[in-house]
Amino acid sequence: MLRIHCLRSVYSDLENCLVVTIMGAVAAELQSLGHLPNFFYLQHAMGLASSTGLGLALCMPEQTVIVFDGDGSLLMNLGSLSTMARYRPQKLVHVVFDNESLLSVGGFPTATSTGTDLEGIARAAGIPRVTTIRSVESFKAAVNEAMQGSELTTIIAKVEAKGPAAYVTDLSLLENRFQFRRHIQSLKTR
Amino acid sequence: MPVSAANSKLIYDALKECDIRLVSALPETWLVHLIRLTDEDPEMILVRLAKEEEAVGISAGAHFAGVKSAMLMQNHGFLASINGIVSFAHLYKIPLLMLISYRGSLGERDSWQTQGGNVTEPLLRALRIPYFFLDGWETVKKRIWQAQTLAESSLQPVALLLTRDLMWEE
Repeated sequence: MLRIHCLRSVYSDLENCLVVTIMGAVAAELQSLGHLPNFFYLQHAMGLASSTGLGLALCMPEQTVIVFDGDGSLLMNLGSLSTMARYRPQKLVHVVFDNESLLSVGGFPTATSTGTDLEGIARAAGIPRVTTIRSVESFKAAVNEAMQGSELTTIIAKVEAKGPAAYVTDLSLLENRFQFRRHIQSLKTR
Repeated sequence: MPVSAANSKLIYDALKECDIRLVSALPETWLVHLIRLTDEDPEMILVRLAKEEEAVGISAGAHFAGVKSAMLMQNHGFLASINGIVSFAHLYKIPLLMLISYRGSLGERDSWQTQGGNVTEPLLRALRIPYFFLDGWETVKKRIWQAQTLAESSLQPVALLLTRDLMWEE
């Protein structure tokens, strides 16, 4: 299963969500499908995408928030699972692309390659709904169900360690950040 | 416990007057009253953290949502947050109001706090984070308002160091 195929399968469902991604391949691949003003790419600060999604979801409980996380990033901030589970915003969807690799820096294997089980960790941290996905069809179904559902969900998507040809785009970090906030503020006046 | 309840209340009221609606915190002795006041206030969102760096992401999310937030942490929590501050708050120009208890400074009896006390201000300066002291009850309200105003206008982290003189009644 390729991450880009997973992203493509849910791309049309993201329009009305707030989307936060980690850096590297996830950000580049989502952008390659077409940037939208409701997408924020955290191009550094590994581990904090889930915290950012939590902050958004706590402040905007009616809004669906999707975080596209990764195994390397999540392993840097496992405590975030316990904090998310503690407050469990109903409309927060936490997707973890697990390619068992720090792909963007050269493909160094992470601990999930030697048996660390992110589904088990998330479940034991108290995340109410956790699932592991191995096909694009079930990925789309799981994301859609989580978006419709009423419980914090973590979806571990096991993907191949293959990334895009290029990581750098012409979207500047600050342009992305200001556009994202402006988009959210415009939602309030509608 | 000789943590000043009266001055904690002053700080809390000042945060409320700045329209702070989310507070993230990791407990330490000097912050107990502040965290309790936050927890008891139905108008405030309290996020109890596992580690302080999470607060940078949470406050960024709150900022995107248009909600003003504050971070309560010990100076060792500030040390634990530095990558998030640099590679999120500075990189993306996110305003942060950081209330940092300044342990390991004048009058500190706990030996384990003293190394953190030594490096707090040098690190704030190295990171070019504007920082100011909360050291007397008379100036608490004004300084918190000024720090919040500066964080919002400059779109960057601003630190307030909570001193023993303010927080501790010996």
